[in-house]
Amino acid sequence: MYKVAVMGDYDSIYGFATLGLTLLPTDGQTDEEASRTLRVAADSGYGVIYITESLMNRISREIERYDSKLTPAIIAIPGVSGNTGAGIANVKKSVEQAVGSDILFSNS
Amino acid sequence: MASTQVTPTRMELTRLKKKLTTAVKGHRLLKDKRDELMREFLDLVRVNMELRQRVEKDIQSANLNFVLAKSAMSEETLQDALMAPKQEVQLNVGSKNVMSVDIPVFDYTTRTADANDIYSYGFAFTSADLDDAVGSLAEVFPDMLKLAEVEKSCQLMAAEIEKTRRRVNALEHVIIPETQESIRFITMKLDENERSTQVRLMKVKDMMLKEAGYGKKDQ
Repeated sequence: MYKVAVMGDYDSIYGFATLGLTLLPTDGQTDEEASRTLRVAADSGYGVIYITESLMNRISREIERYDSKLTPAIIAIPGVSGNTGAGIANVKKSVEQAVGSDILFSNS
Repeated sequence: MASTQVTPTRMELTRLKKKLTTAVKGHRLLKDKRDELMREFLDLVRVNMELRQRVEKDIQSANLNFVLAKSAMSEETLQDALMAPKQEVQLNVGSKNVMSVDIPVFDYTTRTADANDIYSYGFAFTSADLDDAVGSLAEVFPDMLKLAEVEKSCQLMAAEIEKTRRRVNALEHVIIPETQESIRFITMKLDENERSTQVRLMKVKDMMLKEAGYGKKDQ
């Protein structure tokens, strides 16, 4: 049985606690510490980890390690400070990887 | 080319011919796999994009509600209200096999069946905006989970497509032409050997006939 976690700055994620998701606030953490938080979470039975786009940009190297694994699915969500477009960029990246160039969303 | 390194023997020729048949068969299969994966992927990635746009919009409006809620309450009250969540999400992860790629299937159950358990606080000291905010977030959650499933599947399939495409290209442009080249080289070499044996035999025959006195008397 897996759990679901949300990572990011506390202000962006605190609402998810009411739904029963685990909060992993990373306020004041350096990139290394945040990467470690993610790694510990990935190893301790989280099936899906939602992560704010701004944090995703900071620790993308750690996130890439889980790209080829079935779990955890690491999914970008917009934070309270706004949308950086990292989530959409990720989808485009998959298309590019599969097709060779972005033929579907290049004009959007 | 590599064909200069093959030993021109009949055994090698049989081996190479067998290799070529396997390579051609493998190429055809992998090409089919790539095409089918690509078809599934393109369908899925469109769903992915649509879901993502919707989820992002909904989360942003939920965040706005939370900001509103926060403005109407003190920081402590808010933290107290959200400190002890009643609800807990448990996730079942299954997997589905699409063209030999394992993609996840997420299914969730909540610890309690009551949908109102997301409100983990008494209503007396909190603002109504908080209820709205929590409610709007709860509405997004099923979509968020669907998004996780679809996006992860897309990532896994994209990686598999890339791998398969490389294999198809390697077979099509390297392995198959090289093997064909080697086969041609060996066939030609063997033919050449056969011709030279033939000529040698004819020459020997001529010499033997001459020695026995049957040779041509000209020159």
